Amino acid sequence: MGGTLAEKVWDAHIVRRGSDGAPDLLYIDLHLVHEVTSPQAFEGLRLAGRPVRRPDLTIATEDHNTPTLDIDRPIADLTSRTQIQTLRNNAVEFGIRLHSLGDADQGIVHVVGPQLGLTMPGLTVVCGDSHTSTHGAFGALAFGIGTSEVEHVLATQTLPLSPFKTMAITIDGALRPGTTAKDIILAVIAKIGTGGGQGYVLEYRGEAIRALSMEARMTICNMSIEAGARAGMIAPDATTAEYLKGRPHAPEGVDWDEALAYWSTLKSDDDAVFDAEVVLDAGDLEPFVTWGTNPGQGLPLSANVPIPAEIADPGDRATAERAIEYMALTPGTPLRDIAVDTVFIGSCTNGRIEDLRAVAAVIEGKHKADTLRVLVVPGSARVRLQAEAEGLDQIFLDFGAEWRNAGCSMCLGMNPDQLAPGERSASTSNRNFEGRQGKGGRTHLVSPLVAAATAIRGTLSSLADLPSPAGAHARTPVTNL
Amino acid sequence: MEKFSQHTGVGVPLRRSNVDTDQIIPAVYLKRVTRTGFEDALFAAWRGDPEFVLNQPAYATGSVLVAGPDFGTGSSREHAVWALKDYGFKVVISARFADIFRGNSGKQGLLAATCAPEDIELIWKILETTPGTAVTVDLESRTVTCDDVVVAFQIDDYTRWRLMEGLDDIGLTLNHADEITAFEATRAAWRPRTLPAKHLASVEIEAARPVR
Repeated sequence: MGGTLAEKVWDAHIVRRGSDGAPDLLYIDLHLVHEVTSPQAFEGLRLAGRPVRRPDLTIATEDHNTPTLDIDRPIADLTSRTQIQTLRNNAVEFGIRLHSLGDADQGIVHVVGPQLGLTMPGLTVVCGDSHTSTHGAFGALAFGIGTSEVEHVLATQTLPLSPFKTMAITIDGALRPGTTAKDIILAVIAKIGTGGGQGYVLEYRGEAIRALSMEARMTICNMSIEAGARAGMIAPDATTAEYLKGRPHAPEGVDWDEALAYWSTLKSDDDAVFDAEVVLDAGDLEPFVTWGTNPGQGLPLSANVPIPAEIADPGDRATAERAIEYMALTPGTPLRDIAVDTVFIGSCTNGRIEDLRAVAAVIEGKHKADTLRVLVVPGSARVRLQAEAEGLDQIFLDFGAEWRNAGCSMCLGMNPDQLAPGERSASTSNRNFEGRQGKGGRTHLVSPLVAAATAIRGTLSSLADLPSPAGAHARTPVTNL
Repeated sequence: MEKFSQHTGVGVPLRRSNVDTDQIIPAVYLKRVTRTGFEDALFAAWRGDPEFVLNQPAYATGSVLVAGPDFGTGSSREHAVWALKDYGFKVVISARFADIFRGNSGKQGLLAATCAPEDIELIWKILETTPGTAVTVDLESRTVTCDDVVVAFQIDDYTRWRLMEGLDDIGLTLNHADEITAFEATRAAWRPRTLPAKHLASVEIEAARPVR
């Protein structure tokens, strides 16, 4: 019997196989570090007198708690400033490479790793952040870990782990215009639920996945955790190799050839057995938005806010009632009629250059609705520079949007970029939990295209709701985000 | 880590599903660089509500949290476990835990006990009918006792063993340092290293344009 992609990568990293129920000890190829989940881990090393075993497999960046305005001035919030300074001190003390605010390679850790060519097929990648699943888009086994595990990897470059189960998520067909990778993953989560992937590694495959760019594949793998799965993977192919070739840390010469030969073996065998399988047709998908307070509470944009009385399961009904109350929605309202105060474009889910290009193509020459603000936060400083080189920043500014510096920003509202109590956002990020984007804030998760159309109309909208584009667009909308 | 064999304390019924880590501790409380002192941040958004279960005197000293399914979903923040521990919780009982949260609990000596939904419903009813009722959680026998109800809970053997022995994972792994070194010797040359750094072309960074 053949193996799945996840099993192959797992097996190639076993330092010591567990017996009698003990976990396997897995080697970690790449450890990404940021300021929020690492201070206590470094402190643990210091107390135990332990060094970082492999500084050369470790890289740090500042992202969660950095401001997106006034980055050339000291951070105003003293607690935030201390946390950032702590990472800088730890990087010096333990010999870790750090890309600080103001550095061209600073940015969201999951945007920076791929951009530098450090993320590649067949690796194990970990970070003290649940969206580490993003890197699975390259055929790496990548997952989020807690701070105790961060300390463990710093000290040993390994992790004791019990094997995951595997789930194949096959997306057949082709996306229709106006739908994107974000709609695929929101539909998957709505189908299997926020707990459906618990204990599994998801492998996305099928015609629609193969047609996606690396950026779009990252969007999909990024949100695996929102279905409860620690990791999501996509087998590497020519698209993967083309993305990596020539990046700063991509292999060169004979190493590149050797890597390519190995990567070509990284796919689930035809006779591999998955523990579970889900099939969707991309051609059936419409733009998807969330109406509730977890990412599984999503529906096609053409639908209405659910009516709890029509939900049979008492637990689901209570959950829906509570979510609708928090979201201040009226059951039965068309989702298209929901007006928002803020449109947030950014995050490790949709803050890459393709996402910004797609939004710019829709909004060019237009002005945002007067009733809302639009925040555009590039995923990394490089993404910002690239966007500025392409003139996208001017399109955003002319539209009436705010053009910010790179970071996690309003995705988790840890820095000053937050919703006020009662404010409602259409957000290209990954979580619509209560208060996620600011205490009392209400979040609707959307694709970049829906975010752009919503920013124009003021209510949740798709491209189809915009006036006929006859002559309006100088650029062709990029639909394969 | 302290050894854990049995705990008895006031049970707190939290009748909510999908209690995500942003509810357990909102992101604004993650700016601290310490490992303790997060008790005020636990369920911060809900604590302002006088009706919230922890604001009711009978439950205020609770140490066994009995929650709905899918507890701890969302982010990897171990702060969620620290906040529960700092508040005084020793055990969380749920029908289903998010993977990362369950892992973090095991590393920190917080027992994440998985019970059947119908058993949780039984315990909830007792705790709601008689607030302040004590719950005994026995790791040796994997049972939860609440008044006259005794139910089984699930936990994997390895985590149970580590909790009962109070073992430090890093110490255990470093016993195998020779095997790690041997593995590293076989690592293919194409696999990346972060050092020496190979940057893209260096660029002078100026702040993005100010907001108009």
